[in-house]
Amino acid sequence: MAVASIDMSKPVPLTPMAVVAKALVFLATGLLLFAAYTVYMIGQPLFGVIVTIVALGFLFVFGLRRFYFARFIYPGIATMALFVIFPIFYTIYLGFTNYGSFNLLTYQRVQEVLLSSKIVDKSTAIPFAVAAEGDHYRVYFEDAGAGGYLSDLVALDGSTANVGASAVNSAPEVLLERRDAIKLRKGLAEISVTLPDGTELRNAGLREFASVTPEFQIAPDGNATRVTDGAVFTPDHATGFYTNAEGEQITPGWRTNIGLQNFERIFTSDGIRGPMISIFIWTVIFAVGSVVFTFALGVTLASILQWPHLRFKAAYRILLILPYAVPAFISILVFKGLFNQNFGEINLVLEALFGLRPEWNTNGFLARCMLLMVNVWLGYPYMMLLAMGFLQSVPEEQKKAAALEGAGMLRVFWTITLPQILPPFLPLLLASFAFNFNNIVLVLLLTRGGPDMPGTIIPAGETDILGSFTYRIAFMDSGTQFGLSGAITLLIFILVSIMAYANFVFMRRAANKG
Amino acid sequence: MIVENKRTLFWQKLVAHGFMLGFLVIIMFPFLVVISISFREGNFTVGDLIPRNPTLEHWYLAFGLDYTRADGTVIEPPYPVLLWMWNSVKIALIAAFGVLIVSTISAYAFSRIRFKGRAGLLDSLFIIQMFPTTLALVALYAIFDSMGDISSAIGIDSHGALIVVYLSGVMMHIWTIKGYFDSIDSSLDKAASIDGATPWQTFRMIFLPLATPIMAVVFVLVFIGVINDYPVASVLLRSEDQMTLAVGSRLYLNEFKYLWGDFAAAAILSGLPITVVFLIAQKYLVSGLSDGAVKG
Repeated sequence: MAVASIDMSKPVPLTPMAVVAKALVFLATGLLLFAAYTVYMIGQPLFGVIVTIVALGFLFVFGLRRFYFARFIYPGIATMALFVIFPIFYTIYLGFTNYGSFNLLTYQRVQEVLLSSKIVDKSTAIPFAVAAEGDHYRVYFEDAGAGGYLSDLVALDGSTANVGASAVNSAPEVLLERRDAIKLRKGLAEISVTLPDGTELRNAGLREFASVTPEFQIAPDGNATRVTDGAVFTPDHATGFYTNAEGEQITPGWRTNIGLQNFERIFTSDGIRGPMISIFIWTVIFAVGSVVFTFALGVTLASILQWPHLRFKAAYRILLILPYAVPAFISILVFKGLFNQNFGEINLVLEALFGLRPEWNTNGFLARCMLLMVNVWLGYPYMMLLAMGFLQSVPEEQKKAAALEGAGMLRVFWTITLPQILPPFLPLLLASFAFNFNNIVLVLLLTRGGPDMPGTIIPAGETDILGSFTYRIAFMDSGTQFGLSGAITLLIFILVSIMAYANFVFMRRAANKG
Repeated sequence: MIVENKRTLFWQKLVAHGFMLGFLVIIMFPFLVVISISFREGNFTVGDLIPRNPTLEHWYLAFGLDYTRADGTVIEPPYPVLLWMWNSVKIALIAAFGVLIVSTISAYAFSRIRFKGRAGLLDSLFIIQMFPTTLALVALYAIFDSMGDISSAIGIDSHGALIVVYLSGVMMHIWTIKGYFDSIDSSLDKAASIDGATPWQTFRMIFLPLATPIMAVVFVLVFIGVINDYPVASVLLRSEDQMTLAVGSRLYLNEFKYLWGDFAAAAILSGLPITVVFLIAQKYLVSGLSDGAVKG
């Protein structure tokens, strides 16, 4: 193989092009570093660090001539580092945090949320209307008695302002329609109006202004005091919540490192460990079953198609690979409809023929059978196509010789054909196993994991595989428990690593042989 | 095989064809039913395989047109199928182009340039490609959720975020193209190098034109892969207008709003183009797939 080379010893002539190129490299690095800083500031410090590394790498690779060769692979490596490798490890890191629907924000954001939380004094509520005057507005409050208060001019453009108000005898002649006043609600939310008696009113709903006081005050040391009863809440960084002496917690909390708690939950809580074990077993059964059945069916069909006496081969072939050609998400949804136990076509046919109405959706065992059947339907064409390729490499003479010795077709297949196609097939079977081990598209679209197992703490279904189980914990029904989901991801990661390594070794062997 | 009795051969053929036909009936059942349903009245399973009162209602709705029934009621399309198709195609095209550029260049370097740590890098990338994106979903959500604070163009519910994630899935394609480059005669680039071409020029003038067939394969593979992706898109896309086909189609079979008939028409409409593309390309795709996988 030729080794590409460039002459490193020659200095690069300083052409205008080269100067422009250098300038562009610096500009791009600057932009990336700025992006990294912004990412850091919005509460993703880890991702910010990775972006910084990518930016510096970019500067070195494209700025220095000695890294010329790395320029070819840098873009690919950088995107993979950012959006494949980093996210996997970040997901696992999240497994050591309490990140979830109650602890979604950063500590700073939680303080802001607490400070912006207000208590509305209902007794002071007073309906308001808005009068336009040029591009400014006045807020008018109708008093229960006669007359009312009219505020000074205010812009209502979203800036904070405090305006005074004076008593008037009658309402301004033209008041905005309620609908138009509602359109101004963003501006209204930012202003406060001080009445002549000194009460400060703020917008409290679509129709009213009222006296509004902040619910919490936060001292410089971080302690929050509830204004109404003076209770002091201290930030508890171990749990990620503000707590007072009585153990009362304020939501929202913030994300914080909680060590091994998620793992403790997984391994000690029966409501999680039980379903986890059964889901793991089912995941393995599902993956093995899918591989074995698709392989068996694929090889069988390929052998028949290979038979010299068979006619219409091309037509059979194209029809047989049709399930592979149709986008999987469409086929799976079609099956979801067909298998519907109340009004699906499959039960319609089964009832007409045999008087059966299998409970595909509510019976765990049947749901699992359905999942496997659909997966075999989806997967056999791939195996068949591969098998057709490998079958061609089996020498015809050997089969003939065996047949002359009196071996039947099945015997020839088991003793001559299969042993020869199995070795090249093995890595692909392993890859197929790994794929099905994480085949969450099928599960999410066909059953969403259902039917649910009884008596679990977090929703777990009979047909859930590990991947769909974590997906559901993170993004569906039970609320978003990203932390717990990340912890389970670590377990899957370990399993996938073992498979990936095994596959790697197999591939290596296959490559060395071939 | 060699001693072939005409009589047994006849029976064997009969069994073979019988098995094939029987099998095909089972395999084709879903397709036939879906076609039938798309012309059937209403959204529930009633009636026969061949619709008694065929109607184009579901097809009108799938194309985004209002349909006026015989009794005068106007039915509006439940979901923007054509918009979803456009979203899918747009994202898939951009991602496929991006992946193609990045992976072709990288594959050239891995195939032709000897640099330190090349073998180790290749091995580790090979192992990394086996980790499914589904492992990273939570982090992807968290990252893009925060990125949305910078600009909504790369936040949750944006196509930009989705494209970026798809772009990162280049590894498998680097392998496929590298296998192809490895099979190109090295005297070509030796000659170029003697004539004074830089590696970039060699790539641009010699390898790129030669790689067109494998690039077409990779392009179609990425395109189909992106259109078929469900997990990443379902996590990153939220609003109905931004959805891709794979995410949106699911809405049809909601337990509370079960639109079986409308789904059937929409499924055929959206599935047909991709199926045709696949069938045309399948011969090359399959050889590309197994080659890329086996050639370590």
